[in-house]
Amino acid sequence: MGFDWHFFEHLLLYPPNSFIQGALRTVYLAVIAQILGVGIGLILALWRRNARLPLRIFASGYIWIIRGTPLLVQAVIVYDGLTGLGVYSFPDQHVFGVLIPGIIQAGIITLAINEGAYMAEIMRAAIDSVDRGQAEAAVSLGMRRRQAMRHVVLPQAMRVVIPPLGNEFNNMLKVTSLLSVIGLNELFLAAQDYNSANFRTFEIFLVVAIYYIIMTTVWSIIQSAIERRMASRGGDLIDRITLRERLFGGGALAAAGQLRGAR
Amino acid sequence: MRRAGLVEDATAPARTRTGRPVVEATGVHKWFRRNHVLDDVSLSVDEGEVVVIIGPSGSGKTTFLRCINHLERIDDGRLLVNGHRIGHRETASGKLAAAAEAEIARQREQIGFVFQQFNLFPHLTAAENVALAPTRVRRVGRSKAMEDATRLLARVGIEEKRDSYPRQLSGGQQQRVAIARALAMNPALMLFDEPTSALDPEMVGEVLEVMRELAAEGMTMVVVSHEMGFARRVGDRVVMMDEGRVIEAGAPDELLDRPREERTAAFLSKVLH
Repeated sequence: MGFDWHFFEHLLLYPPNSFIQGALRTVYLAVIAQILGVGIGLILALWRRNARLPLRIFASGYIWIIRGTPLLVQAVIVYDGLTGLGVYSFPDQHVFGVLIPGIIQAGIITLAINEGAYMAEIMRAAIDSVDRGQAEAAVSLGMRRRQAMRHVVLPQAMRVVIPPLGNEFNNMLKVTSLLSVIGLNELFLAAQDYNSANFRTFEIFLVVAIYYIIMTTVWSIIQSAIERRMASRGGDLIDRITLRERLFGGGALAAAGQLRGAR
Repeated sequence: MRRAGLVEDATAPARTRTGRPVVEATGVHKWFRRNHVLDDVSLSVDEGEVVVIIGPSGSGKTTFLRCINHLERIDDGRLLVNGHRIGHRETASGKLAAAAEAEIARQREQIGFVFQQFNLFPHLTAAENVALAPTRVRRVGRSKAMEDATRLLARVGIEEKRDSYPRQLSGGQQQRVAIARALAMNPALMLFDEPTSALDPEMVGEVLEVMRELAAEGMTMVVVSHEMGFARRVGDRVVMMDEGRVIEAGAPDELLDRPREERTAAFLSKVLH
């Protein structure tokens, strides 16, 4: 058959509506899941150092289980599993006036739950990276531990979180494709459907790969801008990472990536 | 160096020596695992008094200072600040229990602490460092707190650095910001943990000068320091600690020139030569 340049070019420049819809869904799934994941991660990281034992046990158990099981399995358990058991069948719901289909809810919840476990570890490492003297100085002024955490420790920890957070979101954009297994019609599943009608597998998935790389590259540029802005405020607490390092690896990003284990 | 409203002018209040104890430690013990870091320490500091604690490293002087504002919990004994047990409360049955966090925080407002490593908040400017606790703990409005902060920075001679971040300041400037930050809560007692030990030699003087002025204003101070000149000129009393115990205490000239204990003499010969 050979590589069909015309087919490839046409698909790349004039994608079917299903591709565009799928790509948009990929982006908004990733954004919402990442935001929720950061929130879950922060709560878990704080619970892990809470004085109350049950909270510590819950947080540790959560991280242990989620990081110990594949996202693919988690997605099937959340969506098909809960529906099959009759526990919860993910009806379509209006959230802030927007209709969210059940399967999208399941997808976001799965990704957020999964991401929360990884973010918790990143947050914990970031909080631990803040010198103990900072919290001591805060409480010596009469601040409560909570206030010291919120106003002194967390603002410093967040700067350390930004580089690995960027990594996480890059990853998030790509792992949304796993949700195709529960039938969520994001970019990857849209491509599969298209493929089953055209059988131009190489060309189709090359286009899909290019779409993903466009999304992650745009994110890299955004992240560089965020870090530049944070660095310009209050001195560089985090190492500057150039866009070249961000795209092609090496340097400070490699060091930041060591905060998180391989998925 | 610019300094506003202090000591040398005649309006500064004279040292108030009411004889009222601000710190009363009786039989304080502290262990780190098997290590007996405070062994039956008793010490009383009166209002307006400046006590300088000296001693070799590992003698427990820093630990004792940290116990006074409950950064460390004492294991036995009584430690009162302004007549109140610090970090503990007596239950109805007369037993001791850990005080509630709110109570400890309230007590710490009365006690300023200056750290060897400054521990300024690196994400905040000098003025914001000073204003943070008043706004968050005392609910002072931000603009009022920043005004007060500027005034306090003027008092320690670095008003012009109010908008600088800690990393843009020299060590001596950072430590002076740290002193202003502690003063912002209007403490009745200031604790200094080797405040000049992390400084380059040429910056020691500016920090000691601020402390001297503070002492002259009548602030009650406990200072852990190796600065014997400061101890002699500013201290009312010098306390020698070794191996977790108070070896001897007395007027600076007496203790530094005619130590009664051999260990004090040995220590002084090492630091004074």
